[in-house]
This record gives sequence, structure tokens and C-alpha cells, in this order.
Amino acid sequence: MSAALLEVDGLRVEFPTRRGTLVAVDGVSFSIARGEVLGMVGESGAGKSLTGNAIIGLLEPPGRIAAGSVRLAGKRIDGLPPDQIRRIRGRRIGAIFQDPLTSLNPLYTVGEQLVETILTHLDIGARAARRRALELLGEVGIPAPAERIDHYPHQFSGGMRQRVVIALALSAEPELIVADEPTTALDVSIQAQIIGLLRRLGAERGASVLLITHDMGVIAETADRVAVMYAGRIAEIGPVRRVLESPLHPYTEGLMAAIPAVGRDVDSLAQIDGAMPRLHEIPAGCAFHPRCPRAVAGCDRDRPGLVPIGGSEVACLLYRPEPGEAAHG
Amino acid sequence: MAEPPLVEIAGLKRHFDVSPPWLNRAVEGSGRRIVKAVDGLDFAIRRGETFALVGESGCGKSTVARLIVGLHAPGAGSIRYAGAELGPASPARRRMQMIFQDPYASLNPRWRVRDIVAEPIRHNRLLADRAAVAERVAGLLTRVGLSPIDGEKYPHEFSGGQRQRISIARALAGEPEFIVCDEPTSALDVSVQAQILNLMKALQRALGLTYLLISHDLAVVYHVSSRVAVMYLGRICELADTGTLFGRPRHPYTRLLLDTIPDLAMSGREREPVAGEVPSPIDPPPGCAFHPRCPFAEDRCRLERPELKPAGGAEVACHAVEEGRLS
Ligand SMILES: Nc1ncnc2c1ncn2[C@@H]1O[C@H](COP(=O)(O)OP(=O)(O)OP(=O)(O)O)[C@@H](O)[C@H]1O
Ligand SMILES: Nc1ncnc2c1ncn2[C@@H]1O[C@H](COP(=O)(O)OP(=O)(O)OP(=O)(O)O)[C@@H](O)[C@H]1O
Ligand code: SF4
Ligand SMILES: [Mg+2]
Ligand SMILES: [Mg+2]
Repeated sequence: MSAALLEVDGLRVEFPTRRGTLVAVDGVSFSIARGEVLGMVGESGAGKSLTGNAIIGLLEPPGRIAAGSVRLAGKRIDGLPPDQIRRIRGRRIGAIFQDPLTSLNPLYTVGEQLVETILTHLDIGARAARRRALELLGEVGIPAPAERIDHYPHQFSGGMRQRVVIALALSAEPELIVADEPTTALDVSIQAQIIGLLRRLGAERGASVLLITHDMGVIAETADRVAVMYAGRIAEIGPVRRVLESPLHPYTEGLMAAIPAVGRDVDSLAQIDGAMPRLHEIPAGCAFHPRCPRAVAGCDRDRPGLVPIGGSEVACLLYRPEPGEAAHG
Repeated sequence: MAEPPLVEIAGLKRHFDVSPPWLNRAVEGSGRRIVKAVDGLDFAIRRGETFALVGESGCGKSTVARLIVGLHAPGAGSIRYAGAELGPASPARRRMQMIFQDPYASLNPRWRVRDIVAEPIRHNRLLADRAAVAERVAGLLTRVGLSPIDGEKYPHEFSGGQRQRISIARALAGEPEFIVCDEPTSALDVSVQAQILNLMKALQRALGLTYLLISHDLAVVYHVSSRVAVMYLGRICELADTGTLFGRPRHPYTRLLLDTIPDLAMSGREREPVAGEVPSPIDPPPGCAFHPRCPFAEDRCRLERPELKPAGGAEVACHAVEEGRLS
């Protein structure tokens, strides 16, 4: 794989409030190579969507990037003026939002919205744009696209709307796709189709994907590497097999144990007791320590940084860097 | 079965007109276009059980949910609740709540979370004094893994999964006996999902709640439901106890659905997308709607619509199963 397309370094997202400053994303660093799919999983509220929004320049005020940088193909894109980042977002970065309704205008048919996006960003005529729109709807698995293209968003089912949003994000053939829960409302067979599509985009066109999801099955099948987030920080990042099959961080272990499986009869699912701390009460030391079954002395005091362990990186005091490998983060 | 079912659905239909405007139709000489979202359903939900509806995106699951809670009027057929026909103003509506598929659209952005959660309490006049309402809201927020001070905030200050938990707290606030859950955990990470599913089960045991669960996550369905109906293009193709359905699926579509369950052990495996053209509820194929994708289809399947019939502990709508070609 060639050099990184996206480099995120020390990203910090804050919300100033009356009660003080809330830090929602706290020193997150990672990179994505061309053609690579990086999965991002983690506790609900851990800062995954905010990380995605910060990258594409769509943090809603009062949220703001307080530190760190975001580079696309070596060039900084954080802090660009709104019109410049908007152009990059349409053309070079495709965004799929967790909430399909933010990307769809209820007053226009899905065809009108697709054609408009294609005409804005690609150098083709109206007729070709409509043909491309039809193709895209077919590729994301909308049945009878020729008929559906002239329908309004409310005439689609939840999962169909989500697929229209995916088609919209792909319409300008972006280099980077930031996909926030793109398959949550989709049944498994459509999921397989979308996953296949995202992987093909990587393999054939060298597009990179940041895939935010809590669906471990989707991660297992789609991602090359995966980052696990907890309370605004990366707890563990590494090759997908490695992280899913032999998780290092106690939070990742708990996450893997909580997944229900067909054929496994249990009365109640394993759960990590307690809740992730809210932003105004993030404890000192490792943010996971109050819930951690393996916490040791020092976990409530020393904040662990990411250390490389056998191909992965993990932020947990149980792990010491292997000799010869330097710690960072 | 001695006790009558809590919810009884018979011949339920709901079609949507998605025709182009009249002028276009006149110019293009095309007819009306109708989506047969729900096209003749019969099933019953027993008191205290979790009844699951599964099936491909667009097969009509949310429409069934909306029909039951009264957000759509049925085009035909009837819905009975606790033995009485359910009309638009039935008092029985107070005893049901719904958790919506889309946690973004279903929370009023201008209300504080505490008012959103308190709304069913006020609507059903469950508690009179403000302090008691506030206390109940705080307790509900804690139960779903949020904190009481979250009540002061507005929905946009929460992540997707946190919003879904707010809508679960709201549903529980009305003290319903029946909850329609449309993808209740699909916006949640697996550890919060485990907490919510465990909570739903505990509440069911403690309060005798009945659930209609819609989920595309078959592992979740397996884990929490007692019976499962598999839908295909607006109709039920198989209905059985959870153990029977997963242990011995009979309908060709059910078999195919179970084959697509993702599996963590296989990163890199190419998941076979379902063969054949994706069907559309606008012009559903005649006969058995599944026949264009079915490996067992014969002439009869293209002409005659199969009805749900008992087959070895399940109910199955398939000619091949009925004829014994497929066991
Ligand atoms: N406008 C806002 N004001 C204050 N806090 C906010 C705001 N938006 C998000 N947050 C907080 O920031 C944190 C991270 O939110 P984010 O949406 O990134 O979570 P997430 O990891 O995507 O979770 P989920 O899996 O539930 O979607 C959450 O605790 C959320 O409450
Ligand atoms: N208000 C409406 N107007 C027109 N068509 C509609 C309307 N609501 C639903 N439909 C159509 O009815 C069919 C069934 O939709 P429904 O939302 O019930 O599907 P679903 O099974 O819940 O799918 P998903 O898993 O994607 O949520 C779809 O083809 C949809 O386009
Ligand atoms: S009725 Fe025929 S086409 Fe339909 S599922 Fe059975 S065998 Fe297949
Ligand atoms: Mg999110
Ligand atoms: Mg639905």
C-alpha cells in the first residue's frame, strides 16, 4: 500500500459550555492508506461521529477542533475556509451520515438530488448524469431503480433511504469516503452488497474508507485495520483479525464478549457493567478503569498512551512496549 | 392455547399510491403505481412473548409496526387488541408504545430530554405531582444508561446511540404492556446493546410485557424472541418458534436468509449476495413472490400464490414444502 491518504494527528474536539469545556475527542491520531478501509468501533458516545465530522469539516458549533491536524494527501484541510472545505467535501471526500435525513431534502426526488450532485462535481451532461444516477441506485441495491428514481425520500423504507445516501456520497467518485454507520438499518444481504461495493471502491479505484460502525460482523468483513474508541480516545488500533480474534485492551475484550450469536443460548448477554463516563466526569488515569475487570494500581492515576504490541497499538497500563519498539502517543 | 392472544392480525393490508402526477401518466400513457407494502397478513402475538418480524429491507416491517400503533390506517383487514377491535381512538392505544427505527426523526428537537421522556407520563396521567414525574424521569434515564442531568439537554447534544436510549426511556415511561420495537438496538454498540437487551428481558419478566420486535440482526432475534415471522414482499412466508425456525428453516427464503448471517471468524470471506434480481413491491412477481430467486420453483409457483400452512411445527407458505418436494 502506498503513502497515507488521510493523516489525523492529535485531534482534539471541544465543546465550550457554561459548566466548563467538554473534551469529546482527546488526542486521536491515525492514518489511512490509499485503498485501505479503516474501521472505527467503540462505545456509543465515544466520539466516533465527531471524529468523522471533524475530518470532513462539519463540526456543528459550538463544537470545535481545539488541537491537532487533519491532512488529505499531505495537505492540511482542518481550518480551511468554508467554501474550500465544501468543495473538497463534495469532490474528494464523500460523506455518509449516521442520520440519513440530514443528507436528503424531503422536497426533491432522489433522482433530482443525485443528478444535481453529479452535475456539480463531475464534468458530464444532464443525460449522462441521470444515467449515472440510475446506475448508482442499482449498485446500492434499490429495486426497480428506473421507477424509484422519481420518488421522494419519504416514499422509501428506512433501509432504502440509507442506500440513497450512500449513492449520493459515491456520486462524485471521491478519494476518501467517511461512512458513519452506513449499514445499520440494512438487513444482512443488502449489507453484504454495500460492503462489497465499498471494498471494490478500495480495490479498483484506490478509494480509502473510514468506516464507523458498531457492527463487528461488518468490520470483520470490510476493514483492513480497526480502531477501538472509548471516551474520546483510541483504546486499541491494529489489523482487524488481530483485534477481533485476540483483543488486547480489556474494553475490546468486553465488547467482543457482548456480541450475541445464533446458536449460543444464554439467558443474558455478557455486559460490561456501568456506563461510559459522561464528558464532564471523565476520570483521571485510564478512562475505562472504573469498569475494568483487570485494573491494577496506577490505572486511576496514569493515563496510558498507545504502545505497539505485536502489530497492534494499545493504550493500557497492562502492556509495556516490547523491547526495541518505541512508545509514542 | 387457553388465553386469547394480546394482538390478533387478520387479512391486514396497506398499499401506497406512488403514481407519477396525473399529467405525466396521461402523457406517458402509464397507469397507477401501487406499492403493496403489506399485502395480507395473519398472525397473533401472545401475551408476555417477544414476537419478531424479520425480512429484507423494504419488505414492509415498519409499515406493520405503524399500522399496529395507529400511525397508518389499514387498507383492509383488522387488528384486535385484547379481544377488541382496535380503532383510531381506542383507549387500548394508551397501553402500547413504539420505539422508532430512526432515533433522529422521532425526538422533538425543541424539547428538553426530560420533557420528551415525561410526555407519556403526562399523556397517560400516570403521576400527578411534578416532583414525582421528575424522579421517575431520572430513574428511567439511569435505567437506560444515561444520567439524570442529561434530562436538561436537547436531543442534538447526544450521539446516535444515546438518542436511541432516550427513545427507549420514553417508551418505558408510559408504563405500556405492549411495546413495538422497530430496530431498537441497531444504533447501539454491542456493549450498550447487551445492556438494553438484558434490560428488556428483565422488564418483561418483572412486568409481563409483550414485545413486537423488528430487527435485521438475526443474532438479536435469536437471543430475545420466542416466535419469529419471516416476511417477504409484504407477506409472511414462514412463522415458527425461534428454536424451530433457526434449527430447521423450511421456506427457501428463510434458508437463504439464515445463510447470510455474518460471522466474525471470517474476515475476508466473500459473502454471497442473494442471487437473482432484487424484487420490488411495486410489481411483485405473480404466484409466489419469491419464485424468481428460488432454486425450487416450478410452474405452479409462477401461477398460484402459496398460503401459510402448517408444516412440521411451523407455518410455511411454499408449494415445494406443501408438496413434500422440500422437507
Ligand atoms: N452538540 C453537542 N453538545 C454537547 N455534547 C455533544 C454534542 N454533540 C455530541 N456531543 C457529545 O460528544 C460525545 C461524542 O459524540 P459522538 O456523536 O461522536 O459519539 P459516537 O461515538 O458517534 O456515538 P454513537 O455510536 O452513539 O453514534 C457524546 O458524549 C455526545 O454526548
Ligand atoms: N409513506 C409511504 N409512501 C409510499 N411508499 C411507502 C411509504 N412507506 C413505505 N413505503 C414503501 O413500502 C415498502 C415497505 O416499507 P417499510 O418501511 O415497511 O419497509 P421495512 O421492511 O421496514 O424496511 P427497512 O428494513 O428498510 O426499514 C417500501 O417499498 C417503501 O418504499
Ligand atoms: S412456493 Fe415455489 S417459488 Fe415459492 S418458495 Fe416455495 S418452491 Fe420456491
Ligand atoms: Mg455516532
Ligand atoms: Mg423499517
